[in-house]
Parts: sequence; C-alpha cells; structure tokens
Amino acid sequence: MQAEAKVTGDAKGPKAATSKTASDFSVEDYRRAYEEMLLIRRFEEKAGQLYGMGLIGGFCHLYIGQEAVVVGAQMAMQERDQVITGYRDHGHMLATGMDPKGVMAELTGRASGYSKGKGGSMHMFSVEKNFLGGHGIVGAQVSLGTGVAFANRYRENGAVALTYFGDGAANQGQVYESFNMAKLWSLPVVYIIENNKYGMGTSINRASSTTNLSQRGRSFDIPGEQVDGMEVEKVHAAVERALEYARSGNGPYILEMLTYRYRGHSMSDPAKYRSREEVNEYRQKHDPIDHVRKILLETHKVSEDEIKEIDKRVRDEVNTAAEFAQSEPEPDPAELWTDVVR
Amino acid sequence: MPTEILMPALSPTMEEGKLAKWLKAVGDDVSAGDVIAEIETDKATMEVEAVDEGKLGKILIEEGTEGVPVNTPIALLLAEGESEADLDAAPKSAPKPEAAPAASAPSPTGSLSADAPKPPAAPRSAPGVAEMPDDQPDEPEVPAGTEMKQMTVREALRDAMAEEMRADGDVFLMGEEVAEYQGAYKVSQGLLEEFGSKRVVDTPITEHGFTGVGVGAAFAGLKPIVEFMTFNFAMQAIDQIINSAAKTHYMSGGFIKCSIVFRGANGAAARVAAQHSQDYAAWYAHVPGHRVIQPYSAMDAKGLLKAAIRDPNPCIVLENEILYGHSFDVPVMDDFVLPIGKAKVEKKGKDVTIVSFGIGMTYAMKAAEELAGMGIDAEVINLRTLRPLDIDTVIKSVKKTNRCVTVEEAFPTCSISSEIGYQLMEKAFDYLDAPVLRVTGKDVPMPYAANLEKLALPNVGEVIDAVKAVTYTA
Repeated sequence: MQAEAKVTGDAKGPKAATSKTASDFSVEDYRRAYEEMLLIRRFEEKAGQLYGMGLIGGFCHLYIGQEAVVVGAQMAMQERDQVITGYRDHGHMLATGMDPKGVMAELTGRASGYSKGKGGSMHMFSVEKNFLGGHGIVGAQVSLGTGVAFANRYRENGAVALTYFGDGAANQGQVYESFNMAKLWSLPVVYIIENNKYGMGTSINRASSTTNLSQRGRSFDIPGEQVDGMEVEKVHAAVERALEYARSGNGPYILEMLTYRYRGHSMSDPAKYRSREEVNEYRQKHDPIDHVRKILLETHKVSEDEIKEIDKRVRDEVNTAAEFAQSEPEPDPAELWTDVVR
Repeated sequence: MPTEILMPALSPTMEEGKLAKWLKAVGDDVSAGDVIAEIETDKATMEVEAVDEGKLGKILIEEGTEGVPVNTPIALLLAEGESEADLDAAPKSAPKPEAAPAASAPSPTGSLSADAPKPPAAPRSAPGVAEMPDDQPDEPEVPAGTEMKQMTVREALRDAMAEEMRADGDVFLMGEEVAEYQGAYKVSQGLLEEFGSKRVVDTPITEHGFTGVGVGAAFAGLKPIVEFMTFNFAMQAIDQIINSAAKTHYMSGGFIKCSIVFRGANGAAARVAAQHSQDYAAWYAHVPGHRVIQPYSAMDAKGLLKAAIRDPNPCIVLENEILYGHSFDVPVMDDFVLPIGKAKVEKKGKDVTIVSFGIGMTYAMKAAEELAGMGIDAEVINLRTLRPLDIDTVIKSVKKTNRCVTVEEAFPTCSISSEIGYQLMEKAFDYLDAPVLRVTGKDVPMPYAANLEKLALPNVGEVIDAVKAVTYTA
C-alpha cells in the first residue's frame, strides 16, 4: 500500500533542510486541520448529492480521500503565496478560504458563483485568496503556475507559487518544459504531485514507465520527495520545508503526495478498473480525517462533544451553501455577452 | 413580468417598417404560433407570430403606424396569472433595442423571440478600440503637418516594444533568440542592451512551456510580449493561447485578466516549404476572447503593436518575414498609437473595393495602381485588425462601389475572405452588383520548388482578373 510510504526524499541534489517535522503539529493545528478537511469532505458529498439530483451538470470531480494534501499544504503557506491546480479543484478552493456558498453556486451555475456561472466546476478563481484556478486541460496549470512563479521572481515579492497536478498530468510534455525553465531561472515554485494512483481509469503502473514521481525532476536537478499524503502533519512539514527552499532562491522543489481518491474520476466513472477491496482498505485504514480525529481524541484528549460541535458547524455551513446554491438566480441572459474581452 | 413583443425585421437590412394591422385585440388569448399582426415595408408584408403564450395585455404601437424601428416593443403579453396591474412592471425598453445584429434577426417567417439575448450592438466598444465609423469624412490618423520618417517594419516593431517597455516596467519580452542573438529576424535588436536580461528573456526551444509561462505571468499581472520565431511553431502552444489566454477571462466571470501579446513572423516567407509557410489569420480570428492584428506597413506595425501591448486582452500580432524589410513612412510623434479594430482606407476609389491585410496588401496596392491605368478606380481597404473585424468600413465602401474583391495569402477555405464574403452577403446584399470574389493562396501545402511556390501564392494578375470579373470589364 502506497499510503504506508514514508517521507523518503531520496533525490539527488540539495534537500529542503530545516528542522520542521510532523511532530511540530500542535493540537490547535490538528483542530484546524480537522475542521477544514471535514468541510471539504462534507462539501464534496453534498456536491455529489446535488449532481445526482441534476442540480450540478457537466463535469464534477470530487476530492474525497485527498483532503490531507491540500489542507496540510495550505497551513504551511504564507498569505502572499499562490495556488493553482487542475480540474479536481473544489478542495483547493475551500482550503484557500474561498466561500463554500460561492463555490457551490458556481457548481449549480448561478450568477453568484465565483465565475458568475460561466466557468463551472473546473474554472473558479479568487484573486483575493491568490487562487488562480481551476484549469481543465490536464497539465496546463503546470506551465501557468511556473509563469506565476516567474512573475514572483520578476517582482521580487517573496511569494511562492504552489502548483498542483496529478499523476496523470505528470506524463504531459509541458510539465518537463516547465521543470526545465523553473530550474534554469531558479523560479520560486513548489510542484505538488497528487498521486492518487489513477489517471482517470488508468493506474499509474499502466501509464508510467517510472512510478516514483518525486524523481521526475532529476534530469533538471530539481530535488523531490515522496510524502504520505494521508497524514496532514506530514504534508504540512514537507510543504513548509519545500516552501522555505523555494523562497530562499533555490528554485523549484517537487513533492509527490501519495494519496487516494475514494470516488470515481468524475461522476460517470464505471469503477471497473479497481477493486472494492482496494477502496475499502484506504477508507477503513488510512482515512485522513479518521487519522486526525483519532489523534485529537486519544493523544490530545479532546472531548467527543467538541468533535461533534465541529461536525455540526461544518454540516450547517455546507447545508447553507447548498441552499444558497439552489435558491440563487441563474445568470442574466445578458451575461452571455459580457467578459469576452475587456 | 409581462413579455415585450418586439418589432421584427423582414430582412437583415430592414431597419424600420409599418405596423399594418393587428389581428388580435387587447384581452385576446394568444398561443405560440398565432398570427398576431401584420407588418410591411416597401418590399413585402409579413405576419408576426407569437412565440410565447398568454393574453395580449397592451398594444403599444397602433396599427397604421409607419416607420417603426426594428426591435421597438409593439405590445405586452401577460403570462398566466398576470393581470393588467402587472403592465407597469414591464421592462421599460429593456436591453435598449440596439440595432439587432442581422445574424440574430427574426427569421422571415416572422416568429418573434423576445428572450434570445442579442450581442451588444457595438462589440468593439471596449476601451482602446475604435468606435464604429460614421459618415463623417475620415479623420487623418496623424495631425496635418506631422513630420514623417522612413523606416522598416522591423524597426517600427522594435521601436514600439522599446517605447512601451520604457513606459511600463511590467512589460517584458520573452522568446527564442530574442536577447543575445538580437532576434532571429533582428526585430528585438538592441533591446537586451537597453533593458537587460531580466526584461528580455531568452527561452529554451519549448513553445508549449514558455507560452504557458507567459500566460501564467499575465494572470499574475505582468504584461508579457511572447515572441514566436514564427507562428508555425505556435501550433505547439496553441492550447495555451486559446484555452488559457483567450478563455480564462470569460470562464472566471471577468475576474482574471490576461494582458499579453503573442507576436512573430506569420505566413509564407520564401522557399521554406509547407511547415514554415502558413498564415494563421483565420485560425486565431475564429476564436472569441482575444484580438487579432495583422499589420501591413511600418505605420501599422508601430501603432498597432503599441496598442496591443497596452490592451488588457490577449493580442495576437501576425507579422510577416518578407514585410520586415519593407520601408514605409511613420509619423514622428512621442506616442503614436493606432486603434485596434479599425480598418484603413489606403487608397480611395469608386469602382471596386479591394479588401486585404498584411502582405496581401502588396498585391492589392500594386493591382490598384495597374487598374488605374486601365481606367478602373479601385478603393483599397487595409483591414489591420482581423478580430474584431471592421466590417463597417468595408460595407461603407461597398455601398459606394457595389463590388468587392478580397486578397490574402492564406488558404481559401474558412478564410478571412470567406468571412468577409459572408458578411457582405448578410449585411450589404442589396448593394452588391456582382458576387464577391477572393484571391487567396492555393488550397495545397506550400511547395518548395520556386516555380510551384510562385503558383501557390496569389499574384497581382489574379487580383486584376478578379476586379475585371466583378466590374464586368474582362
């Protein structure tokens, strides 16, 4: 099971060397992580439900199972740092602090959605939260995120661009074109590869000649490490080190997060390419939210009541978002013609 | 809210008509498809059919009224459950009946559609873009008496970039061989020396990647100029140009800005064969969300590239290697900028309109000169911008000459010529005395052999022949 993989960091070249470790994660950190991960989980479950009711159309790629990656990374970031990702993006939006109401309203195609109902699931943005999408073409966000890092270096603003992509995108040509330029120009970018083991329905073993994706930067001398992406404190520590490395002018860093998605690739997934047992193994033994709940209850002696209070708060927030997304009006027909050019 | 029934158009060119007769009275029930009124122009009579069902609540234009402009509300239809009391809630001249673009005018069967949104009347009303020309005499582009200086297109492009880089620290140039090599075609000569390697950036040979990097930098607020050594290589990057640069503003509901210029040599050079000889004008002009410019003269190059760099949208500037070395007069001004979206009448004439752009203009101008010797006075229009297309200037000319020939080096199918021919048919049908003819590159991959290449490209003789055909002087 890849979820058992430990931080290996066997890349040649400089390591992100600081003292940050998973044990620095405090009880407050766990509390925050629990609530944010749960928000993503419940939000995605609700989105799946609304999809089934025909209220969300088109594409809808759920993030359930991978919550520790984006929450752990976000907790390591500074406010000025930017996030850019691919099409499985709802979790990233919520983690950056975007309003669940606006995200859900975009999913239902309403005027008060983040893109006024014109983008949908894969295309939302928040300049305020430094979230630059939401991109539907597999791998495109890697070059774009490298460009955001280019702008950071140009402006010497001290920001790092966190650029997420999946194991599927890791085989796209422009990823390597971007790696080359990022290293060549020492751009402040951290590439986070969310390896959930399947690019749509094709397992990584059937798509990739080498499956340790953290080493994909070797020919460009970009260091990388594998991280257990099911444990938020490990993600947090690794991202904090990588950000510091990139921010200090060393150039790009690659983190391969070993994670797993419970749901299908999209809503129309036939689920024929993997076994029920495999999915259950992750759900039951490696669930990132169970992991945090257990630590809160057992290690930090947080009460059941407090956990329930968080659960209720999250559920209410998601319900509010869902109601909002169903009651808001669709975009005005005149919006068809706006925002084409400025 | 009651639905407005609008005055329909009988034809794409109809602007007003007479409301001849009401066939329904106030209070009558109306079903979709019912004939509710008759309208007429000097050419024809048409029945107006209802699209929605309801009750005729109010007649706004009495029968017998003449000169009712197209898209004027003529009646209000009450939906089920609405009463006369709701009539006041009617959208007071809702989206102003802006001269409905003919494309979306009601079909001649007369069915009315009040709910199909219409594009804004002047889609090129965005900042920095020319307003629709009216019938006033053409204003000179440069103040009378302005000193002119001869320079090549290459120098004009370089000066445009240098001036904009001096004015705005967010503007930078990136591409293959733009810095130390001084530009594969020497367009960026001297820029590295003036602006340094931070702002004049040599990239690896990696079009897809560096185009994405440029677009990402634009999302983050910089104003990149991305040079393609030639646009043939931009095919490797066209996903980033179209899917990321052109569409993200719309897909984000207008929140993400992308001010970026993609420029470089486009079209055929000489003896470089099929992979290096394509004109991408129609490819890019097809897509909404960006602007497409193809300069002809040094004046075009200077004024339009400066406008493109300042424009808040992605701009594709399609240059031409052969034109790089041609010299033209350029006004000596501190800040000479041309409007995007406005064509130029390069030569006035009355017998035929020749429409072209970019290097096509060289054939058009030469042909016009020779035609003058044959007693045919051609008007030559240089489109300059291909999206938005200044069709109004073309129509204004065709209304005068009643004939049109288009000239371009690209393939004929789905070309800019095709579009102009279509739009003239749509918007100036009644003014045409001959079919619109096009002179284009031949529908074959560009051959290498000198004789075949010459045959594949358009030539002045073909333009003259086409003009003779449309003027029936062959």
